[in-house]
Amino acid sequence: MSGLLIRNGRVVDPANGVDELRDVLLREARVAGIEKPGSFAELRDVEVVDAKGCIVAPGFIDVHVHLREPGQGHKETIASGTAAAAAGGFTTVVAMPNTTPVNDSVEVLQWMLSPDRNAAIRVLAMPAATIGSAGEVQTDFAALATEGAVGFTDDGKPILDPSIMRAALLKAAKLGLPISQHAEDPRFSHGAIMNHGTVAFRLGLRGYPAVAESSIVERDIALVREIAASHPDLKPHLHVQHVSTGAALQAIRRAKADGLRVTCEAAPHHFTLTDEAVGDYNTNAKMNPPLRAEEDRRALIEAILDGTVDCIATDHAPHASWEKEVEFDRAPNGITGLETALGLALRVLHRQHGLTVQRVVALMSTQPAQLIGLSDRGTLRVGAEADIVVFDPTAEWNFEASHSRSKSKNTPFDGAEMLGRVRATICSGRIVYRARSVAS
Amino acid sequence: MAELAKRAAATESAPSHFPYAAGGLLTVEHLSLEDVGGILRDTSKLEQMKIAERVALLASRTIALLFYESSTRTRTSFELAAKSLGATTTLVSDKSSSIEKGESLKDTGLTLRALGAEAIVLRHPSSGAPFLLARTTGLPVLNAGDGMHQHPTQALLDLRTMLARLPGLSVDSAIHAKTLTGITVVITGDIRHSRVARSNAMLLPRLGARVILCGPPELLPEEALGIGDVEIERDFDRALRQANVAMMLRIQKERLAGTTLDLGQYIARYQLSSERYGQVAQPGTVVMHPGPIIRGLEITGEMADASHSTIEEQVAQGLAVRRAVLVRALGVQV
Repeated sequence: MSGLLIRNGRVVDPANGVDELRDVLLREARVAGIEKPGSFAELRDVEVVDAKGCIVAPGFIDVHVHLREPGQGHKETIASGTAAAAAGGFTTVVAMPNTTPVNDSVEVLQWMLSPDRNAAIRVLAMPAATIGSAGEVQTDFAALATEGAVGFTDDGKPILDPSIMRAALLKAAKLGLPISQHAEDPRFSHGAIMNHGTVAFRLGLRGYPAVAESSIVERDIALVREIAASHPDLKPHLHVQHVSTGAALQAIRRAKADGLRVTCEAAPHHFTLTDEAVGDYNTNAKMNPPLRAEEDRRALIEAILDGTVDCIATDHAPHASWEKEVEFDRAPNGITGLETALGLALRVLHRQHGLTVQRVVALMSTQPAQLIGLSDRGTLRVGAEADIVVFDPTAEWNFEASHSRSKSKNTPFDGAEMLGRVRATICSGRIVYRARSVAS
Repeated sequence: MAELAKRAAATESAPSHFPYAAGGLLTVEHLSLEDVGGILRDTSKLEQMKIAERVALLASRTIALLFYESSTRTRTSFELAAKSLGATTTLVSDKSSSIEKGESLKDTGLTLRALGAEAIVLRHPSSGAPFLLARTTGLPVLNAGDGMHQHPTQALLDLRTMLARLPGLSVDSAIHAKTLTGITVVITGDIRHSRVARSNAMLLPRLGARVILCGPPELLPEEALGIGDVEIERDFDRALRQANVAMMLRIQKERLAGTTLDLGQYIARYQLSSERYGQVAQPGTVVMHPGPIIRGLEITGEMADASHSTIEEQVAQGLAVRRAVLVRALGVQV
């Protein structure tokens, strides 16, 4: 077989304004043709995937995942994390640098991106913005960019020192790359364990106020504004990770209106759950930023609907069960998310809030591709990389953590209702995930 | 404030889905009014029981006391309560056990279970720790104070003290949604850090009491309305004037991380002294304090020793109520 034919599906490709029944022909890891159903019927040398009743879209791209290697293979490996990603419909993920050692050098970056890691899909990386993510000395952006860095971040921690942040934004702008900021001022969130508010008070847990996030976002936007004004030739790009508060979203909305290159991501758990989900101290509902109040969740959905949010990113953060089976205040932050992103996006954003399926695809593929400058992905134009997700948008099912391909099962969505299920994931023309029920 | 109150109403505690072992006591929220009535009835029965009969109730049963925080009252009264029922007790504290070597709460719990513990009394500085211990051991866990969260037996013993002291009520009064109708309880002081305040404020309104929380914003933030059916009054005199019960709390210096509080100003505004009591409180207002008291700070020494102060009675009620809670934990009928 020298090709793959995806037949009878509804092709949704926001990059090219396509939303029609089409057959998609893939050859040599590229999109070779998109034509009316039946157009490729005479081809005999292709493997056929029947996508009847399904949507055929450019593969999902997650700009924020923790694959834990090197150094934390008991939580996840690049192989297991990308297998989970493939099952969730992702064909590209961007690995965060808070590994052991921190991905702050060409050596670690090359190790992560090496084919020896047996990734199921395409792995990209954002190395650390500062050595050891210690917030003091900038890493070698130019050398890391040459090796494939798609941005820089000290994720897990903010780049707190404004002069370091300014220098990072400036240097990254010269390379055409974003600085991806974990917006949290620890001076506000010191000792905080969950969202500040009535739920935290009732549970006797110290609260993390919204201003810890919004104050850093506002400061970073001021830096972008200042650099853009003083360097007319540059377009500094601030990407705000996992925005969780209405105040930060309002700041980002204004910055966009002013024409600044400020982008942001929303995590499915933040638009699905509130701090009530902590329940009786469920450590699988503990992450940073924390689950917020209902008004913040509403503000996030509003920002997704009005285009303030550029992409959905999972912040997939696996932890071993024994690490999470501790007192709530001692548990590490983070939950898995790759296999529940589509099911939650369709259930909450599409069904409950009327976001079109095209917009969901744009948020999970087209726009994240543009955000990190991938011109060959997030699109199904002929000649683009053959990265495709086939999903049934009407399938209703319940996620079971025990079936996850991730090495870790730390999710608050065990048993949760999902809408939409991935039937097949194709990366560079190869089927990397296929649900059992798909006929071929 | 109206907005916060509305939100508080909308954020009623989520029902717990985990099947915790019967007889455990993790939070007052898990107790129905029938449960509360049953515990108080058992308390009275155990009090009246002959010593020989009582000491046979938990003979050859094993209860572990697991203490990660210092305690005088609670630890001693749980221990004496268990021994007065004939149970074998073992005390494990964080300072003299493998906890110091880094053993987790789960593994410590499993070890105690393997050694025959049938129930664990836990005091722990982390809010929610008893839930973890209950989930991982499957044993009935009695929360003897977890962080800033709950101290359910304190709420029960405070309730029994109120019933004993308030006119028209007795320790044998029936427990229902109107038992404390017409009674105003003012809880004053470091509400933010107080598991006692949370426990009482979550229990007493369900019996019909009006609960007023009183203190400065540093110690009593608006989010306290998240507790539920409570009011906030910043002016101590205005609150005290309405009180049938004035419950005073200690300033928890060990948990004050980051907050600045002028103690001199605090004393001027919120200390309960005999002068203030005489000038402001209604005659007969019951003065309570869960201890430890810091004489001269939240309460004057004279006030603490006064006849309408119940501080020592509360301690005695603690022993009585904890007997009933232990018997319930081990599934023994009284």
